[in-house]
Amino acid sequence: MLEARQLTKEYQSGDHRLSVLRDVSFTVPDGAFVAIVGPSGSGKTTLLGLLAGLDVATRGTVLLDGADLSRLSEDKRAQLRGAKVGFVFQSFQLIPTLTALENVQVPLELRGEDGAPARARELLTRVGLGDRAHHFPNQLSGGEQQRVAIARAFSNSPRLLFADEPTGNLDSDTGAHIVELLEQLNREAGTTIVLVTHDLALAHRAQRIIRLADGVVVSDAVVEAVAPATVEV
Amino acid sequence: MRFSQLLALAWRESRTARRRLLLYMSSISLGVGALVAIDSFASNTQRSVREQARALLGGDIALNSRTEYTKPVLAVLDSLRKEGAGVSDVTTFASMALVQRTGLTRLAQIQAVQPGYPFYGEIITKPAGEWAHLHEGRSALVDPSLLIALDAHVGDTLALGFARFIIAGTLVSVPGDVGVSTTIGPRVYIPEKYLDETSLLLFGSRSDHKTLIKLTPSLTAAKFIFRFKNTLEKAQVRYRTAAETEFNLTQAIDQLRDFLSVIGLVALLLGGIGVASGVNAFVMRKIDTVAILRCLGATSKQVLTIYLLQAVAMGFIGAAFGALLGIGLQLGLPHVLAEFLPVDVTVTIEPAALLTGLGVGVWVSFVFALMPLISLRNISPLQTLRRESDSAALRGANFDPIRVLVGVTIALSIAALGIARAETVVQGIGFAGAIAAAVGLLYGAAWLLSSSARRIVRPSWPFVLRQGVASLYRPGNQTRAVVLALGFGVFLMSTVYQVQDNLLRTVSVKLDASKANVLFFDVQDDQGAPLDSLIRAAGYTITQRTPMVPMKITAINSVVGEQLLKADSTKNGERRERWVLRREFRSTYRDSLMPSEKLTKGKFHTGGTPASQLPEVSLDGDVAKGLRVSLGDTITWDVQGVKVPSVVTSFREVNWTRFEPNFFVVFETRALVKAPKQYVILADVRGDGAVARLQRDVVTKFPNVSSLDLTLIQQTIGRVLDKVTAAIRFMAGLSLALGIPVLFSAVSATRRERLREGVLLKVLGATKRQVGRVMLAEYLLLGSLGSLAGVVLSVGGAWGLMRFVFKQPFVPALLPATLVALLMIFVAVSIGMLTGREVFRETPMAALREA
Repeated sequence: MLEARQLTKEYQSGDHRLSVLRDVSFTVPDGAFVAIVGPSGSGKTTLLGLLAGLDVATRGTVLLDGADLSRLSEDKRAQLRGAKVGFVFQSFQLIPTLTALENVQVPLELRGEDGAPARARELLTRVGLGDRAHHFPNQLSGGEQQRVAIARAFSNSPRLLFADEPTGNLDSDTGAHIVELLEQLNREAGTTIVLVTHDLALAHRAQRIIRLADGVVVSDAVVEAVAPATVEV
Repeated sequence: MRFSQLLALAWRESRTARRRLLLYMSSISLGVGALVAIDSFASNTQRSVREQARALLGGDIALNSRTEYTKPVLAVLDSLRKEGAGVSDVTTFASMALVQRTGLTRLAQIQAVQPGYPFYGEIITKPAGEWAHLHEGRSALVDPSLLIALDAHVGDTLALGFARFIIAGTLVSVPGDVGVSTTIGPRVYIPEKYLDETSLLLFGSRSDHKTLIKLTPSLTAAKFIFRFKNTLEKAQVRYRTAAETEFNLTQAIDQLRDFLSVIGLVALLLGGIGVASGVNAFVMRKIDTVAILRCLGATSKQVLTIYLLQAVAMGFIGAAFGALLGIGLQLGLPHVLAEFLPVDVTVTIEPAALLTGLGVGVWVSFVFALMPLISLRNISPLQTLRRESDSAALRGANFDPIRVLVGVTIALSIAALGIARAETVVQGIGFAGAIAAAVGLLYGAAWLLSSSARRIVRPSWPFVLRQGVASLYRPGNQTRAVVLALGFGVFLMSTVYQVQDNLLRTVSVKLDASKANVLFFDVQDDQGAPLDSLIRAAGYTITQRTPMVPMKITAINSVVGEQLLKADSTKNGERRERWVLRREFRSTYRDSLMPSEKLTKGKFHTGGTPASQLPEVSLDGDVAKGLRVSLGDTITWDVQGVKVPSVVTSFREVNWTRFEPNFFVVFETRALVKAPKQYVILADVRGDGAVARLQRDVVTKFPNVSSLDLTLIQQTIGRVLDKVTAAIRFMAGLSLALGIPVLFSAVSATRRERLREGVLLKVLGATKRQVGRVMLAEYLLLGSLGSLAGVVLSVGGAWGLMRFVFKQPFVPALLPATLVALLMIFVAVSIGMLTGREVFRETPMAALREA
């Protein structure tokens, strides 16, 4: 489903060349649930951006469902995202001027699909917000906003879902419900999930953990093989 | 994504931004309103002119002459009468009108008309229907202003020279007459058959002869001209058809429309700048939303389309509102300009003007909104993960061909608008160039302010001042837009007031300089001395007694008659100007220069040349140019049938604006001292009611002598100028109104930043007063710079107008310029404090959440 090959990302900072990612390579099969962990500044958000086609690597390639992202234009990458990728962000990233229902409809409308409102309503009901469809984001709690974001992320039946600290702005109970929801939708839809997080407990909900430090992969292991107490962050 | 879905998303997404976008788009409403009003008014007036063209002229053809008709012309008129054409004469001249009951007298415009006048159009009187009875007896119909001036009423006896008339009524409307002209010379209509009885038209009296002709079905205007053109032109009789009247008037209206349109266009372009400024701030607010949309799969084209649709929709609403405003203004314009229009204007809605204004408004808002909107293409979806500063998020490639294309489109749009409104392409390009220069200068001033602000600020300055100055160069500041909006408004208003001030000064200075306040003219040769005695006996001073001799040119050097008009008759091969050869000159004789004259070439005659030599003559410089004469040339004059040769020995520059007798031609005394002449006498008459008493005494003893109260003339001219400036002040007020929505747009665009900054200051311990002072410092500086730049530009603009259009000296009028600048500073500060009032209202926590 997702393959990173010797991904490198560098930035020019004044006279210096800053290397944020160096030669990162791994493969994520269909239906997998992978967590990417690392301390602040380890490059995990940069890696997420490259994997999702939001950014372009300095060197290396990303193959997303067989498509080489480095060969695609910005608009083509956008269309690929619209067709195959879902996102869940730490700060929810709902469009403030649209209702919950309208937010969930956006990916469907961008693809020109008919029946967007009905599908959106169904998804909102599935995440338990069927009665809040016409509320605006500022009228919803953090947990409710994140559930709307999840419904939106699944509206285009994505092959791949990227979640960037999905519970970062939520209390632990709410966060736990959100993760359960993600896992449930992953099981039912068979969506591949790539989760970026600081939270080791959350990371251990995944099947595999890729650890980053200083822009390189320091470990890549199946979850049962890694004891939480021995992982350094 | 289907277009309908894009439209739906654009509509939904605009929910919280509509009011703000509408505010930005309202910047163009005034410009659209001005254009719609001006175009509609011009169309209405032109239609009224077309419908009333024959009534404006009063006939199918009108003949005009300053002299009595020659025999050939009289023969033409006789033949027309025999062919069944209507022929009616009007003799117009100035003379004193005296009401015997009150003893008051006033210079009036006497029109002695024959029956049948006018053939078209209706002269409405009060009481109604009196015009039809004018020729039945010794009746006179007068302008209402004359009754007021003479403290008279209908039924009083009016003395005109030696004839007496009963005032039968007042004039309510006369087709073709411009209302403001009656302010200077109120009209009196009398039957022509009593003209000789008045004995007012004596030697040298100026009168205008007009003949209205109503053609027959078989004699068209074209045939009339074909048959009689040569005869009339030989006799120096001007002729005009109703079609020509219509053409001339519609042309004049076109010119007025083009002139007024300049203000409207400037308003529109200023509005465009307001739109660009506001949309720029709008774009910054949408960075996060656009990043999300890009993440979800929206292409850059889809994103741009969504926000363009919003901008165009709001632009359409703004333009539509402007069009409605224009209709309202259109209703008012005829009243504002009524005194200057020769027709009654019927106001109707003009669809073409409405659609043009709407289209232009939508286009202007579209192209000016496009410039900031195209930055949306540069927003990366990565902003959802890692948010950069607004300017970094919007930054694109160093060279963006789309941005260049949009810039070129804007420039071409401005040029096209200018060309569409101007008389010629060159003028239109000149207009666009002038706008570009003014915008460039103001932008330069703003750039100078923001770049020097950083350097000039000192640590020793108070914190509030330093913080206010810092606001001028902070990222995303609106310094340029605010200075441009302010500067333009000040430029327009200040230019208008400076020109008005200079024009009025010209009038008052000239009157003071002459030291006389009454002028007597049409004084016959034998009346000069007795009138002189009468004035002195009353205890008043005579400041000037100037002889005036009417004459015409018959030869220059040895060239006579029609040969004078040929190019090869002059030394440099240039044709002489026709008017100079055909006019009757009223010349004088003296042996010294007057204070209103300046010698420019040669030597002014001082008298004493021997009788064997040709008498010397001094010419006005422009007349000499028109005659193509040089020093040493001879000119032969026809003075009442006597040929008087002369030699040109000097040229003068005459200040014609001084209220004194000034002359194109001044002879050496010996040349004309024995010629038949009239006099012009200037007297200094002081005391309450003294002028009116003297005028009454003079007109009683010398009915043909006319007089002008120069103080009254100055007041009258002042009133006329007031009427003119009322219309101009309307436009100046519009200029002020132009700046306000644009200023609002530019200032409110930084509202969020100001709110954030103010809240942070409060969190850090600043009081409301300190925060207020910071804002005050920022807007005082912005207002001052914008106003200063505008005033400096206006001095240049006013100088140009006075020098090249009015051909008068220019003195910067500091008082009106300062007042306008202070007003605009007040407006800027008020708007700034008004839009930032949330800083004072909300608690830091509430504001932090919103920011």
